[in-house]
Amino acid sequence: MTGHVSIKLASERVNHSVAASETPRFYTPGEVICGLQDFMRGHGTYVEDDCIKSSVAGVMQKVNKLICVRPLKSRYVGEIGDVVVSRVLEVQQKRWKVDTNSRLDSILQLSSVNLPGGELRRRSAEDEQMMRQLLQEGDLISAEVQSIFSDGSLSLHTRSLKYGKLSQGILVKVFPSLIRRRKNHFHNLPCGVSLILGNNGYIWIYPTKEEPIAFKEVEKDNNPEMENCISALTASKMMLDDTSIIFAYEESFKYDKIKDILEPEAMVDVALNSSIEISS
Amino acid sequence: MSGVPLSLTEIFYIEEGVNDDFRSDGRSNIDYRPMELETDVVSHATGSARLRLANTDILVGVKTEIDVPKPDMPREGKIDFFVDCSANATPEFEGRGGEQLATRISNMLQKAYHSSQAFDLTQLCIFEGKQCWKLYVDILILECGGNLCDAVSLAVKAALFNTRIPLVKAALMDGGNIDLELSDDPFDSKHLDIGSAPLLVTLCKIGENCVVDPSAEEERCTVVSLVVGISGNKKYYTNEAKESTNVECKFTAIGMNGEGSVTPDTLTQAIAQGMIAAKCLDEALGKTLLREKDQVVRFKKDTYGFLK
Repeated sequence: MTGHVSIKLASERVNHSVAASETPRFYTPGEVICGLQDFMRGHGTYVEDDCIKSSVAGVMQKVNKLICVRPLKSRYVGEIGDVVVSRVLEVQQKRWKVDTNSRLDSILQLSSVNLPGGELRRRSAEDEQMMRQLLQEGDLISAEVQSIFSDGSLSLHTRSLKYGKLSQGILVKVFPSLIRRRKNHFHNLPCGVSLILGNNGYIWIYPTKEEPIAFKEVEKDNNPEMENCISALTASKMMLDDTSIIFAYEESFKYDKIKDILEPEAMVDVALNSSIEISS
Repeated sequence: MSGVPLSLTEIFYIEEGVNDDFRSDGRSNIDYRPMELETDVVSHATGSARLRLANTDILVGVKTEIDVPKPDMPREGKIDFFVDCSANATPEFEGRGGEQLATRISNMLQKAYHSSQAFDLTQLCIFEGKQCWKLYVDILILECGGNLCDAVSLAVKAALFNTRIPLVKAALMDGGNIDLELSDDPFDSKHLDIGSAPLLVTLCKIGENCVVDPSAEEERCTVVSLVVGISGNKKYYTNEAKESTNVECKFTAIGMNGEGSVTPDTLTQAIAQGMIAAKCLDEALGKTLLREKDQVVRFKKDTYGFLK
């Protein structure tokens, strides 16, 4: 029995960039973007000395006269209808406080959850006391953004069968800006793995439920492999959606052991090959 | 590390994985995550190293000073560890938050380096009973991504490997006082013999088994973790192949964190597992350090530091 240890030198550091064409111009905080005359300032910018300057590190986006800077790393800025994966932090009066990776903690009202079994809720003191049985601190849920309060904090709801408490699986955290917005964020991949790509950058990987439980013993599940593929794509700053993840997953087959994908060279290789697959 | 609790099902999933010797990122129970190491990053320190293990980032600097040896050990030098937890690492370290953790790590290192078979302090002696070198090992924790003890001990060993102690050119005896004249030439110095310096291995008990190098999630679902200090093997740190230097790793220190308990069986099993892990770590560290030394000899080394 021997362990696997690999120590690299800083001089052998791997460049994770897989961009095929020119990388876009990157603005740093405080950098002058343009003069004030013809443009309007948008998100991620501020005006100083008659210039529009960037307030975050990211790429510039221009819509007609409006100039915005989109940061790579940021907290999640919610939009109504987004699918999020979040963790319960606190049980409060008639509501749960949940973490959605946004600047402020989000709220899940007791009135915006479905009780298990579709039971209708009676507004009573008892069901407020039952709240911890429903969701307790540390539990993970998938939910949808119902509304946004004036201070920017989010109100969630789980009033649909596809939302609710999550059971066994792995949570992977990535930058929210890397999640590509799609119609569907719930994916059942052909390899027996299901994904919830939360718009807030939290990704939930879990085994697809169809097979009976005894089947689990036959083969080690594919969740760890999926996790490593996602972290490889994230390290190379590639957009995540079901296609890019499936391509990365197929690329990862050539590695015998799943832990090999943790090595930086392998991560770049997986990301590079899947980016070629996507563009072709 | 406290932070946000995990849900019961996540804990169950992690425990199941550890039971099957197949953790949530595909590693087995004695595998480490890939690390990155650079020595000689701080130009004004006698020796320095930076180690990055996943999200854990450690910077170590070694400083030398001339001191008087302890009266009961006139032939031995001194070594002192100081750990500083930067509040950049986690918000919990703000103010005095990281102090407890810092003293725990430095005490553990002190204990592990205490044995003469682990680290030979007589090589720091200049003048028996009168003067010796004192090494100040300053450890800065820049980012905290779990498994601090192991990363710190690796970085310390690398920094000590990088340390050069200036040679004494002449000594003037003037009554009871000694005036030393040190060599000004930076190349006129000796390396320390750190082959047998100990490494710390943290073993987290998850379910019935122990794992090394836990991720932050895994650390959160352990009730008790053991830290064992295991001395290194000199043969990994030299290019000359000498059979005589082949010594077995020895067990130098042990510590326990967390509120849980371990049965004697688990303890011996964990120590054995720690021995295996330490041997692999030691071998990998030695190889990397020799490779870097080789590069320095062949061409001038660039410092990469924190910039990419």
